[in-house]
Amino acid sequence: MIEVRDIHKSFGEAHILKGITTTFEKGKTNLVIGQSGSGKTVFLKCLLGLFVPEDGGIAYDGKLYSEHTDDEKRDLRQEMGMVFQGSALFDSMTVEGNVMFPLEMFTKQSKSEMKDRVDAVLKRVNLVDAHHKFPSEISGGMQKRVAIARAIVMNPKYLFCDEPNSGLDPKTAIVIDDLIKEITEEYNITTVINTHDMNSVMQIGEKIIFLKDGLLEWEGTKNEIFKTNNEAVTNFVYSSDLFKKVRQMYIQEQN
Amino acid sequence: MNYLASVGSYAIMIREVFKKPTKWRIMKSLIFKEIDELIFSSLGIIIFISFFIGAVVAIQTALNLTNPLIPRDLIGFATRQSVILEFAPTFVSIIMAGKVGSYITSSIGTMRVTEQIDALEVMGVNSLNYLVFPKIIAMLFYPFAIAISMYVGIFGGWMAGVFGGFLTSEDFAMGLQSDFVPFHIAYAFVKTLIFAFVIATVPSFHGFYMKGGALEVGKASTTSFVWTSVVIIILNYILTQLLLG
Repeated sequence: MIEVRDIHKSFGEAHILKGITTTFEKGKTNLVIGQSGSGKTVFLKCLLGLFVPEDGGIAYDGKLYSEHTDDEKRDLRQEMGMVFQGSALFDSMTVEGNVMFPLEMFTKQSKSEMKDRVDAVLKRVNLVDAHHKFPSEISGGMQKRVAIARAIVMNPKYLFCDEPNSGLDPKTAIVIDDLIKEITEEYNITTVINTHDMNSVMQIGEKIIFLKDGLLEWEGTKNEIFKTNNEAVTNFVYSSDLFKKVRQMYIQEQN
Repeated sequence: MNYLASVGSYAIMIREVFKKPTKWRIMKSLIFKEIDELIFSSLGIIIFISFFIGAVVAIQTALNLTNPLIPRDLIGFATRQSVILEFAPTFVSIIMAGKVGSYITSSIGTMRVTEQIDALEVMGVNSLNYLVFPKIIAMLFYPFAIAISMYVGIFGGWMAGVFGGFLTSEDFAMGLQSDFVPFHIAYAFVKTLIFAFVIATVPSFHGFYMKGGALEVGKASTTSFVWTSVVIIILNYILTQLLLG
């Protein structure tokens, strides 16, 4: 579980995060939504420990990040998996090399143990024939799956995804969403996803927080987002006619 | 003020490079890869340039020896001195700042743009140690490349001098041996080692701290070449003053 306690983050004069407090539970897909410039990326980087908030704190399973020693922080980092917007696979390594990288870096496993683990996670993300291909030789959807495999290969407690569906066709985006949700439940991970994709919100948003101008404007579940009267949320989520109709249908169905 | 801030950032980067080392098993393979990419892949251009530079020095010297009282073996002497003292260590380092330096900046810059460096950081890897340290170690082999450059440069001078009909092989050999100061070799290799460190680190700095996209990677490569050359030329002056002055 991750507890975010009243965090503030500024860059020079720009006050980006203005006191956000929330909780992300284990085994659930937690979504962070909001317009561009609302502070989502800074918020995610604070969760990852890449940015240190000036005020407030973030507790991982009850212990504040700031209370960890340097060694504990390094160990905590190894319990985090991250899926970047552009996948961020290492170009000079094959798919297998990319997934094996964290194991080679941080474990004392033998080559065959590492290979077995890599085979298992690649199978889990439905990539069985791509071991020896380079990232430039596979599709965007496959790259995302490799990124997910690399993120979970160390059995992380926390999984962070930054726009995991960006640049993917709708069908592949659904496959990636489902995969993240299944892995979250299967491995009992605390997953936090930054997204703009409303399909993801409707499909896997077990907890959703909406950021606006660095403040937590709204939080709830995917069912609650249909009922909310918060104007900022409805303007953002139901900006397209399609989602407006979906919402009307949902409300009619409920009545 | 910006320049001063950059010097400070560069110093901090160097300190970080030597902190929290990467596992030796991985570092070893990275070092071998960098030796191949930075040193072995540059040998062709180094040999090509050195041969012709040596040849041109010999021809230029020969053409300027109009006084019959000046012995022809001066051509061998001038070729040796020019190649060992300046052309091999300094001129080749400027070429390497372009070839190796732009490769380093663009490869690290591309990793920055595509979030690969962020991925390393998130995993808890010291990205500066992982990316820059192997390059510094690989460039320790740079003096071997410069030794080859010296040999080939002098060989080029001999070829041009003898086959151009400017002097005999015996004259050239006599010139090569006359007034030889062994410390000049030490001076050349001290310079080379310091230039090697500059060629490994200044382009890494420009790649690592670049911001933006693909266009900025290109701009960073150009800036890195300019600054690496400037630093080499200034250090060349300071080291010459300190060691030979």
